[in-house]
Amino acid sequence: MEKLFYILSGLTLISAIMVILSKHPIRSILFLVLTFFLISAHYILLNAQFLALVNIVVYAGAIMVLFLFVVMFLNLNRDIERFKSWLPLAAAVISGSCVFLVFLSAYKSSHQIQIENSGGYQIGLVENLGEVLYRDYLFPMEISSVLFLVAMIGVMLLSRKEKTETVKNLLP
Amino acid sequence: MSDWVVKFIFIVVIFALSLFIAMYSTYAERKIAAFLQDRLGPNRAGPFGILQPLADGVKLFFKEEFIPRASDKWLFLMGPGLFICTALMTSAVIPFAPDLMWDGKLISMQATDLNVGILYIFGVVSLGVYGILIGGWASNNKFSLLGAIRAASQNISYELAMGLSIVALIMVTSSLSLKDIVSQQSGWHWNVIYQPLGFLIFIICAFAETNRAPFDLPECETELVGGYHTEYSSMKLGFYLFAEYINMFISSAVLATLYFGGYQFPFISSMDPGIAKTILGAAVMFGKIFFFIFFFMWVRWTLPRFRYDQLMNLGWKILIPLSVINILLTAGFILFKS
Repeated sequence: MEKLFYILSGLTLISAIMVILSKHPIRSILFLVLTFFLISAHYILLNAQFLALVNIVVYAGAIMVLFLFVVMFLNLNRDIERFKSWLPLAAAVISGSCVFLVFLSAYKSSHQIQIENSGGYQIGLVENLGEVLYRDYLFPMEISSVLFLVAMIGVMLLSRKEKTETVKNLLP
Repeated sequence: MSDWVVKFIFIVVIFALSLFIAMYSTYAERKIAAFLQDRLGPNRAGPFGILQPLADGVKLFFKEEFIPRASDKWLFLMGPGLFICTALMTSAVIPFAPDLMWDGKLISMQATDLNVGILYIFGVVSLGVYGILIGGWASNNKFSLLGAIRAASQNISYELAMGLSIVALIMVTSSLSLKDIVSQQSGWHWNVIYQPLGFLIFIICAFAETNRAPFDLPECETELVGGYHTEYSSMKLGFYLFAEYINMFISSAVLATLYFGGYQFPFISSMDPGIAKTILGAAVMFGKIFFFIFFFMWVRWTLPRFRYDQLMNLGWKILIPLSVINILLTAGFILFKS
């Protein structure tokens, strides 16, 4: 089991790094899909099958298809990456290393806590997860779903407004 | 024999069976089309043209292997492989027959009884679009790209309604495992009786997800030459065409399992778990599957293709609200009953 974990982690890291190293955005997206699959494999290793499959359905099945969809529209001709100014690059490197430092210091200062697992190895199965979500944490769960609904309706409203404006602009 | 060997044999049998059924579905499709159009259909290779699928396969193998120079070679090769792979993966969680009693042990007629089986099917179905998208994009052809983009938007739109219709079904069954869902529908208590609207939405979405007529816009010949597989030739084209038939077989199996009781038939509970029960159950299951495959073909050769805006309107403005109403109705009934 432990060996499997290390092999999977290695593969996950390699494919995650390939996301940034690939020259072509389509390939980056495909590596990202592979990364999501490997993360799902980690969930299965933890016996959390529901989470693993939801991860695949939502991220690999829906969100990444949308990404691919948009990139296909954008990059119809394969032009080679043009040189951009150094400023955003430097900003990205500095902020990225800052975040890395924060993680590192958080890891250094944290105590090694042994997390108590009262539910045994079946805690990740869908029945137990459902009971926890809909009995113990019902209120936060409902609040977050309302939040999602609001976000969804907001997106629809925004996109609709834009559309009518462009139509108005087109009219003489 | 250990459990692993039994599982391995079972998986190989299901794999071979899906390929075989897909192969003869192509023959059945041509014969049914011929019947509906008052023609004879293929009748040269063997008696009644029964060897026609083999002849077609041999023909595809001998065609020129062609990769366009401007294409992305790796992704071009990956597309069809991915598509047929996802098509074959779904059968893993479908219970094809009642458990077999052999040497005092119960042998499950299901590759794996995942306790989130429905989600597994849903996940694999949602991955199916990658094969089309990658293949269509890598071809570097306008028509292929348009076909691929159509496929993606169609799959995303109809997945929503499909997922919502499954939610209502899960509320009735209160289990995500396909084995439980089938064993709940003993005798005549098929889910289609409790979920007629959900079944209607699900079957329409199944047509859209398998890219079958009247929703075959990704490969619409009159507008897009050949759609996403315009640039493909030889067995790579064969993979795309073949995967469509495997998808049809699998979605028929899913329809039979979720809504028509799977291997259940009246009086099944009075039989002992033995070879007779398993064989009869499997025969009933495959009878239901073949009926749905026939239904897929029947619809294809009867209805004309939708226009693109009609397709989107149907998906977003009719099916999704309907499935939300279905969920509310189901919830109301459950509340009323308890």
